[in-house]
Amino acid sequence: MTLFLQQLVNGLSLGSIFALVALGYTMVYGIIKLINFAHGDIYMVGAYIGYMAITSLKVGLFPAIIIAMITCAVLGVVIEKIAYKPLRNASRITSLITAIGVSLLLEYVMMYFMGAGVRTFPDVMDKTKIEFAGLSITSAQLLILGTTLLLMLLLQFIVKKTKIGKAMRAVSVDADAARLMGINVDRTISYTFAIGSALAGAAGVLVGVYYNTISPLMGVTPGLKAFIAAVFGGIGVIPGAMFGGLFIGVAETMVGVYWSSLIKDAVVYIILILILLIKPSGILGKNVKEKV
Amino acid sequence: MLKIENLNIKYGAIHAIKGIDLEVHEGEIVTLIGANGAGKSSILRAISGLVKASEGTISFMGNSLNKVSAQNIMKMGISQVPEGRHIFSGMTVLENLELGAYQRKDKEGIRKDLQAVYERFPILEKRSRQDAATLSGGEQQMLAMGRALMAKPKLLLLDEPSMGLAPILVREIFSIIEDIHKQGTTVLLVEQNARMALSVADRAYVLETGKVVMSGTGKELAASEDVQKAYLGG
Repeated sequence: MTLFLQQLVNGLSLGSIFALVALGYTMVYGIIKLINFAHGDIYMVGAYIGYMAITSLKVGLFPAIIIAMITCAVLGVVIEKIAYKPLRNASRITSLITAIGVSLLLEYVMMYFMGAGVRTFPDVMDKTKIEFAGLSITSAQLLILGTTLLLMLLLQFIVKKTKIGKAMRAVSVDADAARLMGINVDRTISYTFAIGSALAGAAGVLVGVYYNTISPLMGVTPGLKAFIAAVFGGIGVIPGAMFGGLFIGVAETMVGVYWSSLIKDAVVYIILILILLIKPSGILGKNVKEKV
Repeated sequence: MLKIENLNIKYGAIHAIKGIDLEVHEGEIVTLIGANGAGKSSILRAISGLVKASEGTISFMGNSLNKVSAQNIMKMGISQVPEGRHIFSGMTVLENLELGAYQRKDKEGIRKDLQAVYERFPILEKRSRQDAATLSGGEQQMLAMGRALMAKPKLLLLDEPSMGLAPILVREIFSIIEDIHKQGTTVLLVEQNARMALSVADRAYVLETGKVVMSGTGKELAASEDVQKAYLGG
């Protein structure tokens, strides 16, 4: 039982990272129906920005997270303006392929400047372990869980209560009707990219602290898994991305411990196949019906 | 108040609107009637800035709208209730109404207008916390109209408000339109239900395949033989 609870804590920590990245996928999909395959690389950029902030600017961990979030937000908005906006009325496959192109661009530009090798993320916090009821929770895990919870609450507040959040929901339901309400659709899409990318940036720094290593291709697999998490929870549905991320993290950890760590990645992809076969709209997704 | 001159709209190779002139004076109810595909909705979409005119001018209170974005046209005082309602599903009735006042900053005025909308459509107050998608067709139409009124428009564009509604609801919607008009809002009404539309309209235009084929007062057109044959079933 203790082993199970211990792995649950580990799984939730990993899942928090997936959830933060999945939120960006789901928000962008919700508003412009684009699977932004460059999103995993924004997370990678976030990790590098955090790394540079800590090593070059000598700032602490929390300022580093904030700097990474802001930089990624700007990056996300710029990518949308340059790469996706001109394709808004093009077929969806065009934007999708462009997103893959942006993803490769980010990866190899980062390699050009920072080298292809793995870098060690600086130690910014004491790796103390907190023993609690037979479980050992590291301070890094607490940091991840706490930051994720805080960011999710903040996101819920923005989406539910603020004017920009209401505009985001309105545009994602019906962009033309939102225009008729006087909502600036382009600006709302920019905000969505900014918020989603900021969350990925935060996740990048957190994962650097957790695993101690970063590399230019670190975003590929977690990006894919976060995408699966978003689909699993119901793409376009914000609580779905949170739930999906945590679920995938826990599932992967449990399979690694109780079965074999060799197949834990395979299990994640099997989950994707199953959800697409059984409930393609996702666990929390609804089938859309139009009332005439 | 609203003046359209030589309006042309093209969707790719399709020439949907072919040189239309149209005018709405302050305080009027003007209606556009015509069959499916005559181009009625395209005209409203062009006024609201959702589609761009390929030729011609649209001006509102003396200002050209051709280069103005949709959100600024809304700010100038033109609200549209689109065909098929287009309410925001997944959001509550209250949130839908609040979005109608998205451009406004006067909290006190918004609160007052919300109260006025609730008085006009009591059912919306009862359902204010409910997901808008759960409303019936008639209630959704009322929500769409209430939402447009929350912007305090000078000119209200209504696109097929009676579509898909039971006859008793159609009469109710039309009496609400007359009421809104009496309280000082100018109305441009697009309808397939020509009989109802002509009965409330000061003036009317008949559209056929992107052209105005007839215009006159509501009474004149209702009495015209051609209109009766084509649109009033007699």
